[in-house]
This record gives sequence, C-alpha cells and structure tokens, in this order.
Amino acid sequence: MDIFLQQIINGLTLGSVYAIVALGYTMVYGIIQLINFAHGELVMIGAMVAFTVIGALADTALPPVLIVFAGILAAVPACMLVGYAMERVAYRPLRGAPRLAPLITAIGISIILQHLAMLIWSRNPLAFPQIIPLVRFYIGGAIITGVQIAIILASVLMMGALTLMVYRTKLGIAMRATSQNPQVAGLMGIDINRIISFTFIVGAGLAAVAGVMVGTYYGIAHYSMGALLGMKAFSAAVLGGIGNLAGAMLGGILLGVVEALGAGYIGDLTNNVFGSNYQDVFAFLVLIAVLVFRPSGLLGERVGDRA
Amino acid sequence: MNLLELRRLEVSYGGIKAVKGIDLGVPKGELVCLIGTNGAGKTTTLKAISGLLPVAADAILYDGKPIGGTPAFELVRRGLALVPEGRGVFGQLSVLENLAMGAYVRSDAVAVKRDLERVLSLFPRLAERSGQSAGTLSGGEQQMLAIGRALMSRPKLLLLDEPSMGLAPLMVQKIFETILEVAKEGVTILLVEQNARLALEVSSRGYVMETGLITLSGPARELLVDPKVRAAYLGESE
Repeated sequence: MDIFLQQIINGLTLGSVYAIVALGYTMVYGIIQLINFAHGELVMIGAMVAFTVIGALADTALPPVLIVFAGILAAVPACMLVGYAMERVAYRPLRGAPRLAPLITAIGISIILQHLAMLIWSRNPLAFPQIIPLVRFYIGGAIITGVQIAIILASVLMMGALTLMVYRTKLGIAMRATSQNPQVAGLMGIDINRIISFTFIVGAGLAAVAGVMVGTYYGIAHYSMGALLGMKAFSAAVLGGIGNLAGAMLGGILLGVVEALGAGYIGDLTNNVFGSNYQDVFAFLVLIAVLVFRPSGLLGERVGDRA
Repeated sequence: MNLLELRRLEVSYGGIKAVKGIDLGVPKGELVCLIGTNGAGKTTTLKAISGLLPVAADAILYDGKPIGGTPAFELVRRGLALVPEGRGVFGQLSVLENLAMGAYVRSDAVAVKRDLERVLSLFPRLAERSGQSAGTLSGGEQQMLAIGRALMSRPKLLLLDEPSMGLAPLMVQKIFETILEVAKEGVTILLVEQNARLALEVSSRGYVMETGLITLSGPARELLVDPKVRAAYLGESE
C-alpha cells in the first residue's frame, strides 16, 4: 500500500472539513473582526442533530443516502437558528465594546453550548448507525472510500457556491463592502445588521454540514467534539490569512494534509519515539512555523492594507 | 419650499458639543453651500443629517418630515445621499462594484443600467478603469467614483463633504463642473467646502459656520462681496 498517497487522500478529506469550518471563522472575522470561538460548537450541534435524525430513521426502509440527507436537512436550519441567536443575543449588544469583551463572551457561549448539548444528548457519544455500505475504490495502491469522495465533493461544491455568492451577487458585494467600511456601507442603504446576521447564518449552515461530514467519517459524535475541531479550523483560517476566503480554504486543506502526513510518517521520522497520535502536535508545529515567517498567514494582507 | 431644514440642530461628538444649535434651509432644486474653517462643525452637521450621529428627531426636517436620528441606511431609501469626507470608496471592490453598491436600494434593473451609463459618461475615466479595484485609483478618480456612486441611488438631496479636498486644481475644476451639471438636472445639493470662493461661485445660497454656530448667511452673490467673508475666507484684506 502506498502510504504517501493514502495519507494525501485522508488529508484531503479531513482538510475539506477543516476548510468548510474555517470559512465560518474567517467570514465572521472579516465582517466584525471577532473570533467566534463558539463556531466549533455549531459543528458539534450539526452532528448531534443529524445523528439524532439519522438514528431515528435508521430502521426504516429508506435508502441510506436519503437518511443522511434528512439528517443534513434537519441539522442545517437548527445550526442556522443557533448561529443567528448567538449573534443577536451575545455579540450584537457588545458591538461597540472593547474587543476583549465579545471574545470572552464567545468562549462563554462555547462552554454554554457544550453543556446544553451534554444535557440534551448525555455524555455518551452517539454512534453512526451502520447504514452506509462500505464502498472502496483503489487508486495507485491507495484506497478511497465512498464517504471520502462524498465529503470532498460536497466541500468543493459548497466552496464554489460560497465563492460565487460572495463575488458575483449583490448580497455578496454588500458583504464585502460591509467588511471594508461598515459606516459607508450604511450610507449605501445597506442594513449592516442584516448583513452580519446573514454572515452568521451562512457560516452556521456550513458548520452544520461539516458536522455531519466529520461525524459520518469518524462514525461518532459527542458533545465536546467541537472544541478541538474548532481550534484546528480556526488555526487553518489563521494559516491561510484570517478574513480571506481563499485563505481559509487553502489553510484548511493544507492543515488536513500536513496532519495526515504527520500521522503517516512521524513514527518513521522519530524512530517510533513519537507515534501517529502526535499528529495534532505536528500540525500545530507547522502552523507555528508558517506564522513565524508570514504572520498575516499565507494569503493574508499585510496589516494596514485594509481599506 | 425647503427640501431640507435644520432647526436649532445640536450635535455632540465625543462628549463635546460640536454643533450648538443651527438653523439652515436648503430649497428644493437649489445648490446651497456651508463654508467655514477646519473644525467649525461642518462635517459633524452633514453626518447628523445623513443619520450617522444621534440627534433630536425634529431638529432635522426632510421633505417636511422629522428625520433626526433615523439610521443612514433608511434615509438612502428616501432619496438622501452623502458623499463622505475622504471619499470612502470601497478600496478592495472594483469601480463597477462600488457603483453597484450605490444602487443597492434600487430594484429597477433597467433604470439602474441607464444610470450607470450616465455616470460613466459623466466620468469617462471611471469607464476606462471599471474593472480596477477602487483603491488603485488616484484621489481625483476616487472623488469621481464617490460622487458617481452617490448618484447611482438617484438622490433627491445630495450632501457633498469637501469634494475638493486634496485634489489638484484641474481636478477640482472638473469635479465642480460635474457638481453644477448634477445641480442643473434638478438634484438639490448641500455642499460643504473649505474652498469658500469656489463653493460660493456655484451656489445660490451660502451659510458660514464658525465654532459650531452659523455666523452669516445669505445669497451666495452677496456673501462673495461681503467684507467679513472676503477677509476671513477669501484671503483678502478688508
């Protein structure tokens, strides 16, 4: 088996999920300069809601694809609602406050959401019912599963749709205008509160799908799954240059690939002193190394260039 | 009839009362200027009119209705447009995208397209640079873009804040020619300027502002020959 190719495939899968989550961080940052630390929790809620629906439908005769689709259909609006409420209740009243206040609030929201999820779904992980038949394809000595293909394809589709929305529609131009200068955006007749709400809703929708993807990939979902995933996606956004959409996509995929390669080779490189469970350390080391040489991220603008 | 009327308008800005109760009227279809030195409160006045600063509702009447404190984005829908000091173009958006944002509140696509063509013919330089990001334009081109963008909303009342600031004389002339052209089309304009002579030459009425108060007002022609104005703002001795 070709370890390199295999780890690239695994890395692209994981990286696609990171990219989708990183987009949520970067969009919110781009528009109100807030790191929404509770964004990872939206991924978790997406996975939990979807697993609940999928679990309830697992014994019916419905085709598996349809069941997963029903899970997504329930998770997306649920997460959008939580994302909208989060901004409305917790961040909007702090719009004019010093930047530390909403940041700490975000951490608080993250903890609250985790514990609410624990109350609703218990501490025990939800398992993904064995409904999807394992489909494997062999390419050049490596294996790619049907789930992996679906994750990568869905991610590419979502990234494409988001890019089109942001760069080709009036609403998307208004989002970019608001992120550059909210006061002048208001002078154009743009209701910036609506644009900000919309940004949270879109980010939350993406997070919901990411939750379903990562849950399906690993086969389980639990109340604390959003924390590490969110931290990594946030790192991916910073790696690509926070506030930059293409940067979030690139950073996410890069982080996924680096992490997978780390898992594949770290044992060989260190004479088995460190095992593949050190993959997270490896990923963050690369992140730190990049930021030492490019503090604004791979595609980030130099500070001061913001209009 | 006055399209815009200020009644004892007071505006506080950062804890300081920058505008201390002024009265001002802009008749429909006319070009009125507000002149004064730096820090007199002119920009604060414009910001208050366009909904960027909180003021008492009945201190500002637009079309006879109180609008003080109404958020900026709602006033645009009612035909009020501000070209802010320093232009405020969206630097990372293209020229065309900036103009599209000017027409954000409009849904009549055909008329918007016609207005876009009109703005581009008014400012051929913008047509040449339509795909470029606005941040790469020169100061004068950015001013053209800011005015063009405001026109895209089809304003009834256009508020211009220091359109000549930082521009070469030739460009200032070009900008003022355009302002006159827009005024001739029937758009009511309130022009704030430090360049008093130029402003008075194109206006029908003028107001002089000093440390938050209106100290002089009248037909622009009379202000141009007023000895006090000549001494303080036109650089001539009494």
